[in-house]
Amino acid sequence: MPRFLLTRVTSGVGVLLLVCLFTFLVFFALSPDPAVQICGKNCTPEVIDQIRGNLGLDQPFWAQFFHFAVGIFAGRTYGAGAGAIECAAPCLGYSFQSSQAVWDMIVQRLPVSATIAVGAAVLWLLAGLAGGLLSAVKEGTFLDRFTTGLTLTSMSIPNYVLALVLQYVLVVKLQWLPFPQAVAFADDPGRWFANFVMPWIVLAVGYAAAYTRLTRANVLDVLHENYVRTAYAKGLPQALVWRRHALRPALTPVVTIFGMDFAGLLGGALITETVFGINGVGKMAADSIARNDQPVIMGVTLLAGFLVVVGNIVVDVVYTAIDPRVRVNA
Amino acid sequence: MTSFPTDLTTAQSVEAGTGDTSEAPAAPAAGAVRAGAGGTWSALRRDAGAMLGLGYIVLVTLVAVAAPLLTSISGWTPYAFDQTAIDPDLGGMPIGPWGGVSAEHWFGVEPGSGRDIFARIVYGARVSMSIALSATALTTVLGVSLGLVAGYFGGRVDLVISRVMDFLMAFPALIFMIAVLSALPASNRSTLLVVVISVFGWPYLARIVRGQTMSLAQREFVEAARAAGASGTRIVFREILPNLRSTIIVMSTLAVPGYIGTEAGLSFLGVGVVPPAPSWGQMIAASVKWYAVDPAYFVFPGVLLLVLSFTVLGDRLRAVVDAQEGR
Repeated sequence: MPRFLLTRVTSGVGVLLLVCLFTFLVFFALSPDPAVQICGKNCTPEVIDQIRGNLGLDQPFWAQFFHFAVGIFAGRTYGAGAGAIECAAPCLGYSFQSSQAVWDMIVQRLPVSATIAVGAAVLWLLAGLAGGLLSAVKEGTFLDRFTTGLTLTSMSIPNYVLALVLQYVLVVKLQWLPFPQAVAFADDPGRWFANFVMPWIVLAVGYAAAYTRLTRANVLDVLHENYVRTAYAKGLPQALVWRRHALRPALTPVVTIFGMDFAGLLGGALITETVFGINGVGKMAADSIARNDQPVIMGVTLLAGFLVVVGNIVVDVVYTAIDPRVRVNA
Repeated sequence: MTSFPTDLTTAQSVEAGTGDTSEAPAAPAAGAVRAGAGGTWSALRRDAGAMLGLGYIVLVTLVAVAAPLLTSISGWTPYAFDQTAIDPDLGGMPIGPWGGVSAEHWFGVEPGSGRDIFARIVYGARVSMSIALSATALTTVLGVSLGLVAGYFGGRVDLVISRVMDFLMAFPALIFMIAVLSALPASNRSTLLVVVISVFGWPYLARIVRGQTMSLAQREFVEAARAAGASGTRIVFREILPNLRSTIIVMSTLAVPGYIGTEAGLSFLGVGVVPPAPSWGQMIAASVKWYAVDPAYFVFPGVLLLVLSFTVLGDRLRAVVDAQEGR
């Protein structure tokens, strides 16, 4: 087990380094000179040179990349002498626009994104499992076909469209809910819920549909297995067969996919947050893209990559714990 | 599958065309699939959902192809501003009910600019469909060939391809797509969109093709071909590929709606198709500012129906193919 974990972590770090390098390369090669951007209107070549020097932009690519990568683990110092700026350990650089440290910006907004992600995840797991199980139990009935149709439709609605429709109906027309804002739970749980419920639904709908289909297919597959027939033949009541023999193997793949989907949620939250104008990490990334604020975009890309890599490792570990068949290889 | 009238099949007919002359000696599998192609179509034809979906796809495709003709009939190009159709005193609201629907402007006009929505939808269909279909074609070619090679030759080749797939699938694709597209010059966005979407899309198909190739490579007819002295390339493309046809068709049909959504999403976020060229995602993005006062401008039903059509068609196709293969 530890050995297996070690290889997974090593390859995860490798993937992260590659993500880092890839992102860095794209920005290094493609984007317009940030020094010119920062300098603004009243600019002289001397000032530009100075900014380049301070940010280390005058160095060759590998040196820049090395400083960036080291900065993430050990921190780094921009400039030299009296004007030097110390950037503490998880240093992702400074925003070109607001001059804030990227790490601080992310930390500030992460709770909002996490609230949206966790709420949506709870919602889609509940809906997906319930829908899938129900549909599998009632296979072939009207309920099953209705659920299938509903899932196909939900999968087809782009989430920003759903967001706008919900907002139009629930906020503008019926005025049941406020325009979503990031309200802290501690301030007012009721308002917190009212503000976050639309983002949760919007983010969850597509996943809920996919999970319904997955759960249904898996449960039906397992119910056709020989050992389930054996269990029935032994005279076990249906509830017991389900609980003891059918559910666990049927839900294992759901756990795997859930881990990966949850880890990759930052991408989905980007659109949801942007549409509702909620100030999370995703919206910050979208805004930075519009302003070409490279350090922030890179920071968020790295964070997203990190979450996916960690998510995959966690899934592998959990998987070996719940599925006896893969334990042998560990 | 000859009566499958979308552009989708053209991508595959290049490869699948050779499949018809497949001379797999002991080919129970190849034979079953070949006989199944006709059976798939007749099973699909009895399915109302699949036929409705197909009908809508054909309609949109025809509209996209005939866009210049249609706009010459309707009389407005997607780029022409009609100042007489909007009310400057109301901040550019369209004049008339339902967002300015009239004999002149069939679907009304864009608030603010007065551009004809019908023309923009028709040309937008062109942009959205061509990007989604090109991306599907490219992912299919990449995914199938790399999956085949990895699955059949195994060893070091497989190791390299599999690692690349792992890497790409661990990548935060959406965020990275946005970042890359925003950093790149906007001169040729459509091509870039296709390339970026495909680069992150092919591993999902390749993984499945690889798995199936690995199991097909153990079958008797492959062994027979090898014994008869066929080369590796020949076995892969003439013996194994034809047996993957149904998988490939199903996977590509299901990929199209995803790519339509991706294109629309990226355009919605402002890194997709560059204005003034119309695309459906971009029109939705533009309608956001107006949805409270001019809900008729919302063009989403078109997108939704198209995505739904492809999803339903792919889903039914998979059900039919699965049933035929006895899974």
